[in-house]
Formats: sequence, structure tokens, C-alpha cells
Amino acid sequence: MIVDGLSFRLSEGQALVLTGANGSGKTTLLRALAGFLRPTSGSVRFDDAGDEREPAELVHFVGHLDGIKTHLTVEENLAFWAAYLGGGDVVAALDRFALTGLADIPAGYLSAGQKRRLALARLAGAKRPLWLLDEPSVSLDAASVALLIEAIDAHVADGGIAVIATHVPLGLARAEEIRLGPAEDGA
Amino acid sequence: MSAFAMLVARDLRLSVRQGGALGTALGFYMIVVTLLPLGLGADLNLLSRIAPGVLWIALLLSALLSLPRMFGADYEDGSLDLLATGPLPLELVAAAKALAHWIATGIPLTLLAPVLGILLNLEIGTYPVLVATMVVGTPAVSFIGAVGAALTLRAHRGGLLIALLVLPLYVPTLIFGMAVIGALLGPGGVWSPFLILTAISLMAVILGPIAAAAALRAQMQ
Repeated sequence: MIVDGLSFRLSEGQALVLTGANGSGKTTLLRALAGFLRPTSGSVRFDDAGDEREPAELVHFVGHLDGIKTHLTVEENLAFWAAYLGGGDVVAALDRFALTGLADIPAGYLSAGQKRRLALARLAGAKRPLWLLDEPSVSLDAASVALLIEAIDAHVADGGIAVIATHVPLGLARAEEIRLGPAEDGA
Repeated sequence: MSAFAMLVARDLRLSVRQGGALGTALGFYMIVVTLLPLGLGADLNLLSRIAPGVLWIALLLSALLSLPRMFGADYEDGSLDLLATGPLPLELVAAAKALAHWIATGIPLTLLAPVLGILLNLEIGTYPVLVATMVVGTPAVSFIGAVGAALTLRAHRGGLLIALLVLPLYVPTLIFGMAVIGALLGPGGVWSPFLILTAISLMAVILGPIAAAAALRAQMQ
């Protein structure tokens, strides 16, 4: 059992920060929320009366791996995901994460932090209500972290939901926190 | 453009950009077929009799080479997770990737076969029929291959394992592909084995993605 006895409910405009030691189940929980893992007991439910999309289609997942093809340019990478995940403004999304100048460069030449920004740019490239971010600030510099926080705050203020697993305090405008750990029962 | 077409287009663009997979498959096909006359000697009658079978078997082996990358590349860079959050069910994701594999590998190999037939003194009347059996039979190669690729997704060095899993499943395709060419030389009609070959291929196109998606779901747990 990785995570047990955990129950929470999020509604529009709420952000949740998951903290906890390595191996405490943050990634597992996020993958279960995204529908990649089936919980051995319990369930993940989406009560969204107005939306007829499948639960998986409401979710933006940014995990440890960036989902970037090194042989495509930055813009081609983002354009595919933006169109595939629901369609949006690619140019604006590139601009949002300060990638405009890199648009025509093959993604294989990007640094780790730039790749991370490209993965995060998906969040702006297609509009989806639930963001699941797994250590989103890894390998980002201070300016990029500021862009990330700005994007999350704007998303939450706009009525979106974000669940963020992180070690580093991000300083979000409003966020609740759940600390995963063996000693606690969860919240 | 529909999500399905977008995914096929992306995979095709990637295979053009990377280039390696197609070059390896075509090169492997050419070398295997070239080695054969060197090993068997220049008995033209023998070569022309075994040419269709050799071309088919070498094609199956060449197509196997690129199968591990069908889902492997997307699994390693995290794209597979993201594809699962897209609008397509995993069955259609698998179908799109198998279709792209067929276009990028099956068709070029089929087009190379008649050229290699010259090396083996293939009878001139056999060319159109051989190519027809390959056009109709190669979708089965890609779509059955997708199941093997999905099953060995997390297996370290899965390439050999794919060959063991998938090659036995290619037996019906090979048997009926050869039956069509045998019927051309014998008294029976060409159509009945050709239609059975088509049916095998169509069944693979429908059932392959369903089995591959089930395997992918199990692997992503």
C-alpha cells in the first residue's frame, strides 16, 4: 500500500499542494487522479454536470517526463500537443513561457529547464480544467518558476483546479496543503 | 484534422525526421536477400522457385526491426501518458501508430520487393501477384506487431521477445501469401487464398489495436 486513507474534495478555483518525503506516494496519487493507475480501493470522481468529456480529457498531466520529441522543433512539439489535447493558441502559449525565441529550434537542443518550460507550455496551449503537476519546478530557474506560479495562479483564479506535488514551497496565492507520509492518516 | 489523423501525421513526420528506422529495415531486407544467392550458388531455377518465399520471409524479419520503437519511444519520453489523456481511446491510439508503422515500413518494403526479385530471378508473371499479396498482407504484419510491441513495452531488450511473440502469429499471413503465388503456378484459382489473406489482414486491423490497448493499459499501471 502506497497511499491509504486519503480523501479530499476540490472544487473550482482551488489549488492543492501535495508535499511529503521521497517515496511517500505523491506521483502515485497524481497518476491515480489522471486515471493511469486504478486505486486498489476507493475512487476518483469528477462531478462536472455541464461537461460531457471523459474524465481523462479534463486533465493536464505534467509528469517527470516531458513528452518532447527531440526531432521536432519547439513549436511543432507544442502545436501537436495543443491540437491533440483540445486546441489552443500555440503562439500565445510559447510566449507565456518565454519560448518564442526558441520556436524553430529542434527540441533536442534545449536545456533541461527549457524542456521543462516546453512541457509546461502545454498547460497554456490547450484549455483543461484540472492540472496535475508533478514536481513542476524541477530544473527551472527563478524567472521560470515565477512564470509557472503566475500561470497556476491565473488558472485557479479563472476557476480551474490544480494539484501540485512539490518539495519546494512555491508560494502560490491560495493553496491548501496535504502532507503525505507514513506517520499521518492523511486529511 | 481529426485527432487520429494528427497522430498518424506526427508519427510519419517523426519517422521521416529520424530516418534511421526505415533505412535499417530496407538495408536489412536488401542484405538478407542478397546473401541468399551467395549462399545457395547461382542455380537460377532453384532461386526463381524459392524467390517468393524468400522475399516474404525476409520482409517479415525486416518489419520486426522497427516494431520495438512503435510504442517504446513514446513510453520512454512520457508521450504515452499524454496520449492517454487525449480524446482518442487507447485502442485508436494503437491503431494510429500501427497504421503509421505500416505506411512508413510496410509500404516501402513492399515496393523494394520487386527490385530484389530481379536478384533472385523471380519469374516475370509473378511480380504483380507477389506485390499484391504484400500490399494486402503487410497491414497484418504491422497490426499484429503492435500487440507484441505493446506487450514488451517494459521488457528490457524487448526486441528478441517481440520476435518470439509475433513471428508465430505471422504464420497464417505467410501461408496464405505463399498459397496465392502457388495457385498462380498450379491449376487452382488465385482468388480464394487471396481473399483469405485479405480476411486475415482485416481481422488483424480490428483485433490488433484492441489487444494492444489492453496490453498498454496493463503496462502503464
